[in-house]
Amino acid sequence: MKIEILGTGCAKCKTLYENTKKALEESGTVAEVVKVEDIPSIMKYGVMSTPALVIDGQVRFSGKVASVGEIRGMLP
Amino acid sequence: MLQNLSDYIVFVLMGLSPRSRIGEALNFFIYDTVKIFLLLTVIIFVVAVIRSYFPPEKTKLILSHKREYVGNILAALLGVVTPFCSCSAVPLFIGFVEAGIPLGVTFSFLVSSPMVNEVALIMLWGLFGWKVALIYIGTGLMVAVVSGMVIGKLKMEKYVQDYVYQVKVGVSVIEEKFFREKLTYGREYTTDLLKKIWPYVLIGVGVGAFIHGYAPEDILAKYAGRNNPFAVPLAVIIGVPLYSNAAGVIPIVHALMEKGLPIGTVLAFMMAVTALSFPEAVILKNVLKMRLLLTFFGIVATAIILVGYLFNAIL
Repeated sequence: MKIEILGTGCAKCKTLYENTKKALEESGTVAEVVKVEDIPSIMKYGVMSTPALVIDGQVRFSGKVASVGEIRGMLP
Repeated sequence: MLQNLSDYIVFVLMGLSPRSRIGEALNFFIYDTVKIFLLLTVIIFVVAVIRSYFPPEKTKLILSHKREYVGNILAALLGVVTPFCSCSAVPLFIGFVEAGIPLGVTFSFLVSSPMVNEVALIMLWGLFGWKVALIYIGTGLMVAVVSGMVIGKLKMEKYVQDYVYQVKVGVSVIEEKFFREKLTYGREYTTDLLKKIWPYVLIGVGVGAFIHGYAPEDILAKYAGRNNPFAVPLAVIIGVPLYSNAAGVIPIVHALMEKGLPIGTVLAFMMAVTALSFPEAVILKNVLKMRLLLTFFGIVATAIILVGYLFNAIL
């Protein structure tokens, strides 16, 4: 599984990255987590507010920092 | 009722005299703090729920079929209800441009969105009354519409960074939320925002209370009153670096108005604080060439200064 965190490097993006890491740790799921910071790559997903979370190529939410619990709920 | 409560705390419980400076300042501080936090909690929640109906993706769709003029007005209005954070300014800008929204219309949105924001409105309403809050909304929208129209007329499309036109934007998914999810979103948004701004509110109200209690009456009327033509532009220049601290700045400005700062100067200052900021300029530099960035700031600043002079003259 591949998880991408879309965002141009703002504070919220960092929090989302950390929450995602923690969610994976807690649930024992193995996944590759990548920060996507360059604009054309972010725009490819049609996202207009950052940060956003993409799991296996699918945008799960944008424009907010989800909690660890919420992210766990999105993991398979 | 709130006044009674703060009177009771300061003059009865603490035993300070209503005529002492410390008593007056403390009374002012408690009254304003309680009032502002009550207003902030209730209204931010309501605004957040309303905003969840207008994700930027939907705003983009609405605006993509609009021409100039109608588009400028609509963009300014949508700017009020669409959630916006300057950190998302770049994807938003590219999304708008790619959807074929005219440049001037995009700028009307970019001006009104940060300027007519809920925190500024609540603070203005709570401290200055609903009339000033309404004037702020009205003139704020006007500044956004006019600035956008002028930028549209200048035909500055070539001063957008070249790569912007080459970016391929994927299909946006508009997630439909259930009403309960919207309420949760509202609650989270309110807690997050309050967590972020509460120290500024306290500091702002504190400084305001100090000015209220200790600064001599009419001190500002003498130096920054209607008769000083430089007061308005100066207020705008001072306002630019104070970005994102509307919560802290408004209580101070409120106290300054009591000491004789005229309303037009107050409005101009407030608008400069919310609409023009260095961090936003740095972010927008990613999508705008210097010439367009400076034009944007110049036009908005001029519009704000005109609003300042206008209200100093008529009120």
